[in-house]
Amino acid sequence: MQESTANQVAANATSSFTEHLQRDRPELLPYNRGHQATVPGTPPLQVPHATTIVAMSYAGGVLMAGDRRATMGNVIASRHIEKVFPADRYSVLGIAGTAGIAIDLTRLFQVELEHYEKIEGTLLSLEGKANRLGAMIRGNLPLAMQGLAVVPLFAGFDTSAGVGRLFSYDVTGGRYEEHEHHTVGSGSVFARGALKKLWRPNLSEAEAVSIAVEALYDAADDDSATGGPDTVRQLWPVIYTVDRAGARRVAENVLAAAAGNIIEARTNAGREA
Amino acid sequence: MTQQFYVSPEQLMKDRADFARKGIARGRSVAVISCADGIALVAENPSPSLHKIGEIYDKIAFAAVGKYNEFESLRQAGVRYADVRGYSYDREDVTARGLASVYAQSLGAVFTAEQKPFEVELAVAEVGPTQAEDHLYRLTFDGSIADEHQFVVMGGQADKVSSAIDQGWRSSMSFADALRLAMAALVPATETGEQPKALPVQAVEVAVLDRSSESSRGSRRAFRRLDDADITALLA
Repeated sequence: MQESTANQVAANATSSFTEHLQRDRPELLPYNRGHQATVPGTPPLQVPHATTIVAMSYAGGVLMAGDRRATMGNVIASRHIEKVFPADRYSVLGIAGTAGIAIDLTRLFQVELEHYEKIEGTLLSLEGKANRLGAMIRGNLPLAMQGLAVVPLFAGFDTSAGVGRLFSYDVTGGRYEEHEHHTVGSGSVFARGALKKLWRPNLSEAEAVSIAVEALYDAADDDSATGGPDTVRQLWPVIYTVDRAGARRVAENVLAAAAGNIIEARTNAGREA
Repeated sequence: MTQQFYVSPEQLMKDRADFARKGIARGRSVAVISCADGIALVAENPSPSLHKIGEIYDKIAFAAVGKYNEFESLRQAGVRYADVRGYSYDREDVTARGLASVYAQSLGAVFTAEQKPFEVELAVAEVGPTQAEDHLYRLTFDGSIADEHQFVVMGGQADKVSSAIDQGWRSSMSFADALRLAMAALVPATETGEQPKALPVQAVEVAVLDRSSESSRGSRRAFRRLDDADITALLA
C-alpha cells in the first residue's frame, strides 16, 4: 500500500504541461481536438496556410523574421498574420504550414516552457526546449498525414554556451541544428538563395535585420504565397532578435526604414531582379 | 476484531485542528505585504533552494508555511490549475479568487476525509493595477478562506509579527520600505525584551509582484524573485 502510493506520486510528478494535459485533459491538445480520420480520397481541407520564415545568426545572437501573409488556395486569407513568436525570454519560434494548428501549438509550447520554469524554478536548457518542440510536432503527425502539417523553426540563445543557435524540424518531429541561416515555408527556396549571397559571418544586428527583410522581399518576388512589404497598409515583416539580454521585437519604424531602403535601391537599379 | 471507541465529531475535529496548529506553529513566519509598488512577499527561510514563495501566474503568487512536501504539492497543483485555465480560456481569466477557492476546497476535503490534515497555511496574492484592486487570501489547514487587506502574516509567531507590521504599515510604502518593515518584524522577539538584531539577508527569501511589470520590465509576468544581491541593493 505504502509503496504503491509512493509510485503513484512519482508517476504523477511531471514538469511538462503537455504530459499533464495528455493525462488529465487530452481534448485540449491541439492535435487531439476531435479530428476524425478522413475518408481516403477526399481532397485536403481548404485552410489558411502560413508561409515563409527566415532565421540567421549574427554576432552575439540569432534573428528570426516572417512575412505577414496567410493563403488559402489562391486566396489571401490574411495580410496581418504574425508567424514569429517569442517562446520564452531566450527563444523564439516561427511557424509555417496550417495556421490554425500552428498557432495553437505555439501557445502550447509557450505554456510548456513557462510551466516548466514555474514548477522547477529554473529555465529549461535550449536543447531541452528544442526537443520538447520536436515531440509536439511528432504528436501532430496524424494530422500532417491528412495535409495539416506544421513546420516550425526554432531559435534561441544558449545561456550556458553563450551562443545563438538555430533548429529546424520535419513533420515527423525530426530535429536538426542549422548553422549560419535557414528558411522554411513556401518561399523558403527563394529566401535561402538570397541568404546564401547576402549572409556573411559577424553581421551586426542592424545588418542582419536588413538582410532578413531583403531575403523576404526576394521570396515575395517569386512566391505568390509570401507577402512583401506593404507600403499602402504600412505592414512590415515581424522580426525578433535574441541575444544575451533576451528576445526583443524589432520596432516598426526600423523595419519600415529597412524595407524602404530595399525598395528604393531596387527601383533605382531598375533591373529585372 | 478490535472495538472502535466512540469519538464525538466535535472532539475529532478539535483533535485534528490542534494537530495541524501545532505543526504550523513550529514553522518560521511569512509576511505578504501590499504596498504602492505592488506586493512584497517575505519569508524567513535559510534555504536558498527550498522555496516557501512561488509564482503561480502572471499576477498571482503563492506563499506558505508548514510542511514542505504538503505545500509544495499544493503549489504545483496551483500552477497546473492556472496554466490549464489560462491555456483553455485566456490569460486574463485566471484569478486569485478562483485559485483560492480551489485551494479551500482541497484543504477542506483533506481535513475531513484524509488520515491526517495538511499542516500548512497558505496565502494567495494577486497584484492589481491599483492598490485597491490587490487581492490577498489567507487559507488555513481546514479549508477556511479569508479575504485580507493590507497584509497577511502566517506561521509560528504570526500574532507578534502581525502587530509589528500593523504598526508600521502605510499604503504609500515602496518595496524597500515593505521589505525593511517585514525584516524587522520577522525577527524572533527575545525573552528579555532587548532590541533584537535584524535578520541577515541570507536568512530571508524575498519575491515581489511588480504592479508595473509591463511598463518597467516589458513582461506581463509580475513575479520576480530577489536574490541576496538584489535584497542588499534594495535595502541600501
